[in-house]
Amino acid sequence: MNSQRNSEANTKHYTSTAKFDPLSVEKLSAEQEKYFFASRHQLMWWKLKRHKLAVFSGLILLIMYASTLVSELVSPYNLHTRNTEYIYAPPQRVHLFHEGAFIGPFVYGYDYYLDMENLKREYTPNLEKVHPLRFLCQGDEYQFWGIFDANFHFVCPAEDATFFVFGTDRLGRDVFSRIVYGARISLLIGLGGIIVSLFLGLLLGGLAGYYGGWVDSVVQRTIEIIRSFPELPLWMALSAILPVTWSPILVFFGITIILALLDWTGLARAVRSKLLALREEDYCTAAKLMGAKPSRIISKHLLPGFSSHIIASATLSIPGMILGETALSFLGLGLRPPITSWGVLLNEAQNINVIALYPWLILPVLPVVVIILAFNFFGDGLRDAADPYK
Amino acid sequence: MFYYVLRRLLTMIPTLLAISFIIFVIIQLPPGDYLETHIAELESQGESVDPDKIKFLRQQYGLDQPFLLQYYDWVTGFFVGDYGYSFEYDLPVREVMGDRIWLTIIVSIITIIFTWAIAFPIGIYSATHQYSWGDYGLTLLGFLGLAIPNFLLALVMLYFANVWFGTSIGGLMDPQYMDQPWSWNKFKSVLEHLWIPVIVIGTSGTAGMIRRLRANLLDELEKQYVLTGKAKGLAPSKLLMKYPLRMALNFFIADIGSLLPSVISGAEITAIVLSLPTTGPMLLNALQSQDMYLAGTFLLFLAILTVVGMLISDLLLAWLDPRIRLYGEEIQ
Repeated sequence: MNSQRNSEANTKHYTSTAKFDPLSVEKLSAEQEKYFFASRHQLMWWKLKRHKLAVFSGLILLIMYASTLVSELVSPYNLHTRNTEYIYAPPQRVHLFHEGAFIGPFVYGYDYYLDMENLKREYTPNLEKVHPLRFLCQGDEYQFWGIFDANFHFVCPAEDATFFVFGTDRLGRDVFSRIVYGARISLLIGLGGIIVSLFLGLLLGGLAGYYGGWVDSVVQRTIEIIRSFPELPLWMALSAILPVTWSPILVFFGITIILALLDWTGLARAVRSKLLALREEDYCTAAKLMGAKPSRIISKHLLPGFSSHIIASATLSIPGMILGETALSFLGLGLRPPITSWGVLLNEAQNINVIALYPWLILPVLPVVVIILAFNFFGDGLRDAADPYK
Repeated sequence: MFYYVLRRLLTMIPTLLAISFIIFVIIQLPPGDYLETHIAELESQGESVDPDKIKFLRQQYGLDQPFLLQYYDWVTGFFVGDYGYSFEYDLPVREVMGDRIWLTIIVSIITIIFTWAIAFPIGIYSATHQYSWGDYGLTLLGFLGLAIPNFLLALVMLYFANVWFGTSIGGLMDPQYMDQPWSWNKFKSVLEHLWIPVIVIGTSGTAGMIRRLRANLLDELEKQYVLTGKAKGLAPSKLLMKYPLRMALNFFIADIGSLLPSVISGAEITAIVLSLPTTGPMLLNALQSQDMYLAGTFLLFLAILTVVGMLISDLLLAWLDPRIRLYGEEIQ
């Protein structure tokens, strides 16, 4: 008994006073250190970078959105300029060589005659008329963002010549310029719609996930009901009730909200399930035990956990909205001239005669396809990158 | 199983009621009603309008009653096959609709079958040959189908069908069979015309289907039991067919729920472009002219179609998958 007590007294607890370095056991190389201590966003960026197609798509999106800032400069013509001598002119090809000699990018001018037999306007390129394009030049007048007058363009036709790279429409307006201007509305409507839809999704999904109980059931039932509607007919019905007397800008906002009204359900579901799952995580309980306020838990611990997922799924639902606007405007239920969007432009190509006679009028579909593909690939890449620890 | 079916059927009722109410609100939202538009139209043409007649019409159509009462009349009418009155055609909605709803259903079902027939082999090929050229090529093709707007594809196909095969433009059948009773020749004519809308509507859904099937099958192929099977020397085709594919089949059925709304949406706009005698063109017309009962009936039928489609997919799934049958929706 006695000896036991003695031995206890002798074995004093040893504590080293030297600073402990947890990495002393296994030294990390500089490269490993960079990887292990990288922030979450750094990791996501690295993962996204490996996805070549996604980076490329992101670049295309960036360029297209940037172009909407300076649509007036990018397009060779003003949106509303009517070239009455060139109605339904086919696209002019850009050449580099004239009779074997290099003279830079140029187009051949058109000879025009009216075919009296079927009253068709015939345009034939005249190999004598060589019109070199001008770059960084003074051309068609426009109002930059409706604020001040200017006439500077990146590219314009030669003096007293034309440059219709995508042809002209029934009023002789340049289709390419109209597509460039249309991007402004079409791309903005996708962005505006997703902002409204994100707001609704975060709010309702957040409420459902945070409070649970009857709030959750109400939100869940609402989502189920909305999802069991076929989208397009409901969009059609909703846009048909927008008053005809509304100004184009109001209609634009109306359509944006209509598109968002049916879209938020997917986001709300994602937010809710993520919130429910993250709420039970250990680090969340730990934060709660340490006395963190709900606002801090949500903003510091929960939000970063699912924000990347939400951004990824938001990116993936933008193309649906752009397509929705295009479809509605094509049917004449969406935006109306003078607002110009890709859907409004496609409205001109409503029947089979157009395809047969003026096939270039369906060219506005090109940017639609490009932007949809880009958003899809970019969103896919983002979704993979959103979980960098996988 | 019986209780599952019963519960599933019972939850459908409030959903349908809510849907019908939303639709009724939407078609009632525009200021004024059809009669007012009609009067304005007549007056602009210089014709006088008899106020007594207007009053009579208003009473006849119940337009002077409170909102909820109108809704009640409309919904209860549905149960006895009275869908209201179409102002534009001056006929009961039931007669105006004719067999348009049925044609929509036929087009939708054939489109879903087409989507399956295309997506199934491609999805399996893509999953088993992951990252091969074939996988990339087919995926890109699927994406293109997703990105090209339905209505434009319809227009272009229409043009080429006419140029190459001489199929008459638009419609679901040759003109001489319109309004004729069904016969073998009419059926054949419908089949001849049907492939264009089916392909057009199918393309957008197929892309998503291929991607989901590919992802699901890949998940399944990574599982331990597949490795075990491989290690035990099962032939690759047998290994694929016997287990992972059966799991993927479940998902095929379950996916009707998400496929159907998009198929119906696609069918509407394609039908408008191709002027098919389905619900699409008439719905657009009715919406534009505020023919509220006609528009509402179409919208409600389309929604019912979706809800019933989802019900069928859920029941099939329960029948296929014992986990759902036995534990109800807990698993889902």
